[in-house]
Amino acid sequence: MKIFKKFYFFILLLSCIEITAQNISKNNFTKFPLHLSEFGFFSDLRNQIPVKGVHPYSLVSPLFSDHTDKLRFVYIPEGEKLGYVKNKVFIFPVGSTLIKTFAYLNQNGPLPKQLLETRLLINTDEGWKALSYVWNEDQTDAKRSIAGATILTTFISSDGEIIDIRYRAPNQNQCKECHQANKVMTPIGPKPRNMNKTVEYASGEMNQLLHWAALGWINEKIKTQFISSYADINAELNDRARAYLDINCGHCHIAGGSADTTGLYLNYAENNKEQLGIYKKPVAAGRASGNLQYSIVPGNPDKSIMLYRMKSLDPGIMMPESGRALADEAGIKLITNWINSL
Amino acid sequence: MKFLKLSKQYLVVSLLCSGCLYASVQIIEPTENAYQEIQEALILAEPGDVIRLTSGIFKLEDSLSLDVPNVQIEGEGMDQTILDFSNQQSGAQGLSVTSNNVTLQDFSVQNAKGDAIKVKGVTNIKFLRVKTEWTDGPKPENGAYGLYPVESTNVLIDGCVAIGASDAGIYVGQSTNIIVRNSRAEYNVAGIEIENSYFADVYNNLATNNTGGILVFDLPGLPQQGGHHVRVFNNRSIGNNTDNFAPEGNIVGEVPRGTGIIIQANSDVEIFNNEIGDNDTVNIAVVTYANETDDKTYYPHPKSIQIHGNIFGHTGYNPDTSKGDLAQILYDLSNGNMPDIFWDGLVPLSQIILGQPDEEKIIITNNGDATVLAIKPIGFMLPFLEPATLDITEFDGVVTPLAKVEFNENF
Repeated sequence: MKIFKKFYFFILLLSCIEITAQNISKNNFTKFPLHLSEFGFFSDLRNQIPVKGVHPYSLVSPLFSDHTDKLRFVYIPEGEKLGYVKNKVFIFPVGSTLIKTFAYLNQNGPLPKQLLETRLLINTDEGWKALSYVWNEDQTDAKRSIAGATILTTFISSDGEIIDIRYRAPNQNQCKECHQANKVMTPIGPKPRNMNKTVEYASGEMNQLLHWAALGWINEKIKTQFISSYADINAELNDRARAYLDINCGHCHIAGGSADTTGLYLNYAENNKEQLGIYKKPVAAGRASGNLQYSIVPGNPDKSIMLYRMKSLDPGIMMPESGRALADEAGIKLITNWINSL
Repeated sequence: MKFLKLSKQYLVVSLLCSGCLYASVQIIEPTENAYQEIQEALILAEPGDVIRLTSGIFKLEDSLSLDVPNVQIEGEGMDQTILDFSNQQSGAQGLSVTSNNVTLQDFSVQNAKGDAIKVKGVTNIKFLRVKTEWTDGPKPENGAYGLYPVESTNVLIDGCVAIGASDAGIYVGQSTNIIVRNSRAEYNVAGIEIENSYFADVYNNLATNNTGGILVFDLPGLPQQGGHHVRVFNNRSIGNNTDNFAPEGNIVGEVPRGTGIIIQANSDVEIFNNEIGDNDTVNIAVVTYANETDDKTYYPHPKSIQIHGNIFGHTGYNPDTSKGDLAQILYDLSNGNMPDIFWDGLVPLSQIILGQPDEEKIIITNNGDATVLAIKPIGFMLPFLEPATLDITEFDGVVTPLAKVEFNENF
């Protein structure tokens, strides 16, 4: 694939560096292209039309990110396969890239669509690298950002309301806060259970996992749990709530994750009630406790620290700590109902 | 090695560093674009680099983070280089560090919206002459922790100052090999707190005007628990009489105003040669973790605690019965003659019946004219028996000194 020449070149470059100058830090961000266009992932960058070989995908339950629309694509080097471990993120071959563009498409109102940033997770010889490319005002290209960026903008909510936002593109270290488990960078979204859904392809509707199998990436017989979409109002409340907590909180609130110091674990597999927050006292919350005693008080959402922190917009209180400047009203409603049901 | 020149304001000086490569000193001044410059420098730093922040006030709206090992962040003095987060818009800390072999020195972090400096999962971290402060006095709106290393190994805090934290000024949690010395903690809820940690030396510090001066705690349900081997010596824990301003729900919210030192649910703790006095409620309290927990692996009682050679000043003259029940129980049992040292006497049921093993017994010796009150659990529960003892000689014994905590401070 000709278009990826450049891309392969710096993967190669990285491996050379490792061999010739092992003392140089692995902080090779500046060796990645300065502009998103240089990767050649898109035939039409502005309209996010990928080239052949770059495939769109979507997740059953996405992370809440200030109501941004997320356009996801994956590139797998030709002829390579993904590894599969039950209930874990797929193991991607070196050279694979996950591409996620954050945008306000503004489909419900008079504002033009706005691409904010495109994040890349690139699996290199040295493991996954996270990069953020912030779109220029003309929306012609996106430029690599190291220290993150603040974008003051306006978007149209699903209700047609105009909302002002101080959107923060994360810095490289903030990527690690969520994407690092036991000090190793990893993707979060593409777990088999979170990919198990029907998607509209050019060729028609198809289950996403079967589509990946048809591409030769995975075995079509892999077993995966079914997980509800937290947005699916027909699904069971507990499943929806746990799906929500898993994708929004569980990557940090898990043993080995960046919030493991708290002993509050919100990943899908956690079954210990206290560890899940039920009648669990805060450890290091400070004022973020909101003068409440427990993370979750069954039947009493107003007494539950979890909801207090989900509702807050104060950086010293809010959860998640980064990645949002707005509250997720739908998520708050869901977790309120769930706590009421406990 | 090439070094990326980020802007003209950077003065890039290359130095020869021993062992391998060049290291550079980058000098950043408090300009408009300071956040971007500092954060880029922290991300692009190479091991061995020094990032120097000049004198002045750096007004920062987002949190800073370092994840490159062997980097030093230095200012030009804790009262000269000030990172001011009063207008912070995002991030739960002022500064966060997640890489090994890092030195932070000679600057201060003010008014962070959450914790001031959090260091997580790091081997070898030094805080030298660093100050964290909330400048508007003790308020529940202040961030929880000032200096906050957690899940770390080889932690040195030397010559630091922590003021105004709504939980603990200097807080070391779930860590191993810790030295906190020559530091001052003032107007925090807890001045200095060592929690769920192993091997800590806390000495030559001043804890004053906090709610509680020095706390050695262990909590359930955490990745590291069973805190042990903590030496607290040559400190002054004086006049810690600030009303508890911790938001409710937090464990330190139960600390009564006017507490010198509290030991909760740790083993092998040696408290010696400290000066502890002018504390409204009690100079030293040794207590069991009293909240309910499902954690079967957790041991809630203090054991092998040695308290010797301390000098006690006035205490208990104005006990704070508003927080927790410690002060009220103590006041009732002592009929108002509040002791210097309180032990809640709680041990596992088997030990209430059969007695404690010798090596687990609390030793209180050679503390001048100190007074003690220790609850007798059986007497406390049954009528007609003495609920407590005031006889300090019951706790006399031979001190078995704990080993000094040492690690290579010159990483």
